[in-house]
Amino acid sequence: MIAQLTLTERQHAIMISAAVAVLGALMILVGQDDAMSIHGVLVFVASAIMIFRIGGSYYAPLPSDDRLAHYYDDPSKVGIVLSMIWVVVGLAVGDWVAWQLVNPDLTFGPGWSSFGRLRPVHTTSVIFGFGGNALIATSFYVLQRTSRARLPDQVSPWFVLYGYNLFCLLAVTGYLMGVTQSKEYAEPEWYNDFWLVVVWVTYFVIYLRTLARRKEPHIYVSNWYYMAFILVVAILHIVNNLAVPISLGHTKSYSAFSGVQDAMTQWWYGHNAVAFFLTAGFLGMMYYFLPMRAGRPIYSYRMSIISFWGITFFYMWAGSHHLHYTALPQWVQTLGMTFSLMLLIPSWASAGNVLLTLNGAWDKVRDDATLRFMMVAGVFYGLTTFEGSFMAIRTVNSLSHYTDWTVGHVHAGALGWVAMITFGSIYASVPWLWKRQQMYSPKLVEAHFWLALAGTVIYVFAMWNSGIVQGLMWRTYTESGTLAYSFVDTLVAMHPYYIARAVGGLLFLIGGCIGAYNIWKTIRISGAAAEQASDVPQPAVVGAGTLQPAE
Amino acid sequence: MAVEQPERDSYTGYLTTGHEWNGLKELNTPVPRAVYFFLILTFVFSVGYWVLMPAWPLGVTYTKGLLGIDQRNLVAASLQDAAQERSVWTKRIETESFAAIQSDARLMAIVRETGHTLFGNNCAACHGADAKGGPGFPNLTTGSWLWGGKPEDIFNTIRVGINSTHPDTHVGQMPAFGRDQMLPRQDVIKVVSYVYSLSHPGATDVDPAKVEAGKAIFAANCVACHGADAKGNPELGAPNLTDRDWIYGGDFNAIDTTVWGGRQGHMPTWEGRLSALDRKILTLYLVDKRTPRP
Repeated sequence: MIAQLTLTERQHAIMISAAVAVLGALMILVGQDDAMSIHGVLVFVASAIMIFRIGGSYYAPLPSDDRLAHYYDDPSKVGIVLSMIWVVVGLAVGDWVAWQLVNPDLTFGPGWSSFGRLRPVHTTSVIFGFGGNALIATSFYVLQRTSRARLPDQVSPWFVLYGYNLFCLLAVTGYLMGVTQSKEYAEPEWYNDFWLVVVWVTYFVIYLRTLARRKEPHIYVSNWYYMAFILVVAILHIVNNLAVPISLGHTKSYSAFSGVQDAMTQWWYGHNAVAFFLTAGFLGMMYYFLPMRAGRPIYSYRMSIISFWGITFFYMWAGSHHLHYTALPQWVQTLGMTFSLMLLIPSWASAGNVLLTLNGAWDKVRDDATLRFMMVAGVFYGLTTFEGSFMAIRTVNSLSHYTDWTVGHVHAGALGWVAMITFGSIYASVPWLWKRQQMYSPKLVEAHFWLALAGTVIYVFAMWNSGIVQGLMWRTYTESGTLAYSFVDTLVAMHPYYIARAVGGLLFLIGGCIGAYNIWKTIRISGAAAEQASDVPQPAVVGAGTLQPAE
Repeated sequence: MAVEQPERDSYTGYLTTGHEWNGLKELNTPVPRAVYFFLILTFVFSVGYWVLMPAWPLGVTYTKGLLGIDQRNLVAASLQDAAQERSVWTKRIETESFAAIQSDARLMAIVRETGHTLFGNNCAACHGADAKGGPGFPNLTTGSWLWGGKPEDIFNTIRVGINSTHPDTHVGQMPAFGRDQMLPRQDVIKVVSYVYSLSHPGATDVDPAKVEAGKAIFAANCVACHGADAKGNPELGAPNLTDRDWIYGGDFNAIDTTVWGGRQGHMPTWEGRLSALDRKILTLYLVDKRTPRP
């Protein structure tokens, strides 16, 4: 991969890595009595490895100008591999904590293995490690092909990809050492947050530069969504993480917000992270890979427009539905609830748009597990957005809030929608990226599909039952007017559902492992078939994979 | 600039927009009426809701809504209503004597129901959901009580706690006779043998000579708290050593550990956390639950 870099790019890459290494050394120096020094070591070692890798190939032959006639896909390939590594780790930790909820003794003792530390390792690994890498990888892939323009340079995409993974690595290792801001889905501490801002701005700049160089008159829907994802996540991340560190040598910081303002900022962030990280980005994926795989045009351009602006506008207001019946003023709750209800229509218009795109290709959905992954993702997207709007209604929320119903809802979205669309997109793009005829084993894709679907359904049904039982028990009164059940009574009632949930998670994990194996084998098989495979199998495009002037 | 050429899709019959990306096209299908209908419907609902409920901020205040609903007032009112409803029996529990309540089957039924939840949410973490305790935490169903088993005593113990932060807390400590070198190791073994024999009469697994020797050591060191008959003293929280109810274990090794290293248990004060009514219900719940030894 380094052989693809020009001499200047190699120099730039070394300089950037050296700068990061200096940062790592500084962290070791100033953070001596703190977990920060351990993170300093990680940063230093990571950048030293980069310097050695680039330095080792520094005098390798320079790339020919031929490369400019092709899309730059190396970062996408590495991103997909990283994404599959993160998903296996994240799902495994997730299932571990699910079994801890069945049997709390499964921590085996040490502090790092307690539920409180492992749970954010699970969420960060699957959301940011798996989802984030898949978004970066597919966004570069889609951006180039829908712009008919190559990425503007060959260093910044690597900076974004590796920098982002460094962020994820610092995040999860930090949790294990107890380094956390205690803000859900925004746990990483201030120095790591700073780092992500640098990485993320670079990501946005790549997007803008590539779009500016595009050879297509129009910007494709996927890019609207990817852009919204990058831009809004930057805003959310910066605002929610405003904090003052206790000193530059310590990991600990204090948020700029307190009390109910803190709660509101956090859930404005939290819900829009769902909206723009877990929805907008993956809609971008869906809008490219589903019609490509199906070989059908998008059902309605007009629906795309309505849904895009509806989703981006309404979502921004919805966060306060996480704080119904709290100290948050009721008028804010009203706005959160009503905007969540209006949000349902553009969400369903999106789901409808992609499912109607499959009209004329349902035979392919039947035969092709990859396309079926994407179709089921669309269905779960529709189900979850309906459930979300429903749960945002105050009276419904009074039953569902704080119960496992929320956990079930989140996983219907995370497993059924986000993971399914990602697996579908990865299975579609791996043969295209590595120039293979097809995946190593379509049968294993099929097996993965059924394991993932079964795991999701078992998980979600278990949590619906558990959550509703829990919520009802909490509000059951005796005839004398006192609460009928203690908290422990509800735990006893939920125990069987916890077992079912952990089994569902296990099925999903096995599916993920099969997927990782299948992708690995696809990459490793010899390139004999590669010569004949085209970049985009259907519909055939002349010279796909190369740059085409639009004229 | 490519000439945008809409094409007709043979399957749906709709025209494409003429845009194309790497072979990807879009149909120009009109937005289904239902989308507009439901968009308008949800919007109209929202407007209605905004008019009726607190909704939009206006600088330092907000639109209060025509219904005049406020979640704080609602919850305050419903709490008051609930308290009013319960007052039929809460007043009686608050004012009547323990004996009077215990003889009223209907009140005791309420105590059992309510006590279960109160105990589960406040006491079960240490004493277990069945109140049978565990290592280090007393079993509350045996009828042997460190600080007295009369309802008034239990009520007071819940109020002040043991070695707690309450000014009137029960204070109790078993000294570390071995670790603090108040007794040599051999004497500890002797006195432990004696204590073991008290709750295990006729036990053959201890040396009778040591039991005999331990008796004198016990008389010199232990009777001040545990009494000459070793039956304990609820004034000091000293346990009865002649029964089979042990907090930290009653086998030889467990007793040895206790005599060697001492004990100082802790129970929090509940005065600031639970109302007098709740504490009285818990007291009655426990008195009702214990199963006195024959």
